[in-house]
Amino acid sequence: MRRPRAHIGAHAVLIATSLVMVTPFAWQIITSLKTLSGATRVPPSFLPEGRWENYGRVFELLPFGHQFLNTVLMTAGRTIGQVLLSSMAAYAFARLRFPGRGLLFGVFLSVLMVPPQLFVIPQYEIMLSLGWLNTLRALIVPGLFSAFGVFLLRQFFLGLPRELEEAARLDGAGPLRIYWSIMLPLARPGLVALSVLVLLWSWNDLFWPLVVNTDPEQMTLSAGLASLRGQFQTDYPVLMAGSLLASLPVIAVFVFLQRQFIQGIAHTGIKG
Amino acid sequence: MTLTTGSDAARARRDATPQGEPRRVGGRGRGRAIEALWGYAFIAPTGIGLAVFYLWPILQTAYFSMTEWGFFGGHTWTGFDNYTRLLRDPEAGQALINTLGYTALGLVAIPLAIVFAALLNQKGLRGVGVYRTLFFLPVVTMPVAVAMVWRWLYNGDYGLINYVLSLAGVEGPSWVADPATALYALAVVGIWSSLGYNLIIFLAGMQAIPREYYEAAQIDGAGRITQFFRVTLPLLSPTAFFVSVISVIGSLQLFDLVYAMAGSGLTARANPAFPRLQTVVHLFYDRAFVTNDRGYAAAIVVMLFLLIIAMTAVQFRLQRRWVHYA
Repeated sequence: MRRPRAHIGAHAVLIATSLVMVTPFAWQIITSLKTLSGATRVPPSFLPEGRWENYGRVFELLPFGHQFLNTVLMTAGRTIGQVLLSSMAAYAFARLRFPGRGLLFGVFLSVLMVPPQLFVIPQYEIMLSLGWLNTLRALIVPGLFSAFGVFLLRQFFLGLPRELEEAARLDGAGPLRIYWSIMLPLARPGLVALSVLVLLWSWNDLFWPLVVNTDPEQMTLSAGLASLRGQFQTDYPVLMAGSLLASLPVIAVFVFLQRQFIQGIAHTGIKG
Repeated sequence: MTLTTGSDAARARRDATPQGEPRRVGGRGRGRAIEALWGYAFIAPTGIGLAVFYLWPILQTAYFSMTEWGFFGGHTWTGFDNYTRLLRDPEAGQALINTLGYTALGLVAIPLAIVFAALLNQKGLRGVGVYRTLFFLPVVTMPVAVAMVWRWLYNGDYGLINYVLSLAGVEGPSWVADPATALYALAVVGIWSSLGYNLIIFLAGMQAIPREYYEAAQIDGAGRITQFFRVTLPLLSPTAFFVSVISVIGSLQLFDLVYAMAGSGLTARANPAFPRLQTVVHLFYDRAFVTNDRGYAAAIVVMLFLLIIAMTAVQFRLQRRWVHYA
């Protein structure tokens, strides 16, 4: 048997690289529990000092509770809305026949090929004229509509068997019933894949929230954390505590829904 | 959209084309029309949203790129002035060079990810799930948080990296604050962040390769290394092509890391390395929302769009030389 021995080399390389992947997180946690003078000592100490008050300081320097809530609501609103609306359009493109279907689908897809920055100035102007700047609506509404979501779910619906639908149609079910009671439950893995992707992108999104919500109480965590950098450049322990608090929720969701995350990415192969 | 309007319209349509043989209740023509109306109703929310927030803005941005904006609103038509200005702007030129450099350096992540995917794809290897999780962790971490942590690691005086280098007797630079190293330091963070993502895609690609190819290669006496180069790599080339297209598009749009590391406006300019860090999208942000030069910003982003199309087209042309479709 040469297999167990052969894997020793692979493990050595993988463990060394895993250390490189994990060290920044470990150093972030250790630093977040130090005093500023402890963090800037040379040579550095590899032991945390139990300065939990750094985490409290984050809440003093930023309206962290507000920003956390804004981020949660933005993420939930975009995810639920986008998955629902995209699945409706995707069902129509996959299963219903109507004049102009191919053309309209092509028009939807054209949005996918354009870099998102191209939409930003006019979107900002729309928010400005509606008086939506510094509101939750500005964070959520443009994110409800997604050509990517429609494309992904349409592919998924096309792969589903037709028998159940046919049976339901013979029983007199209309498109709405079929969509809601048959297609959506069958498409669960696809809906979950899209949900985790939208959740990840929304939580971590910076550009759009940064542009529309400039009032600290209306900011999301991404933008808030970036603003912390400007104000208190040298207080790294507090900065590390803040960045850990901001990124931890999605990391926790990832750890619980790992398979869905990885399958979602492996099957769609698109990143935000 | 209600059912009543749907059937009314359907009836009108059926009356116009009365030759439809009634198959089911209400006739085929009517059934078709109802189905079509449901189709439009289902796509309407996303369709209207995309039209208002995405499609119309494309045209508007193209128009804005030919205007000049006053600081307090209002814009005047200036034709191609913004574009000629852009071509002569040294700051934009440098931002383009930085962005292309970052994009090229980022491609290093592809061979790295292939090697790690091959290591993880071995039969009977233990702990694959754990490695995969650890490699994937940076992918799900907020880019702004990633940037903060790396800025601290890169700190010239107290950073962990320079401490480790000092143990080897090397005096490290101040990385993202040093013009000579800033772009490379940024690319390292980019590679660290995207490695797990690429790895997952390649792992899925490798698992889709039929076992028979390897069995055939074994019968022909190919060892594991030969199998990797003669079977895995060629069959993985469509995946590698896909990853390289996606990663070039992503790199050309780099913003978060730079903004979080360097800030914008005066704060950014205080960093001596900022000229080497500024990317095209950062410049766009700065012109559109810091200096409110929106016409010029629109021209920047239209050029970025053309650049992305050009780079993607080049990759599609080059794929003939190296991508094997089984």
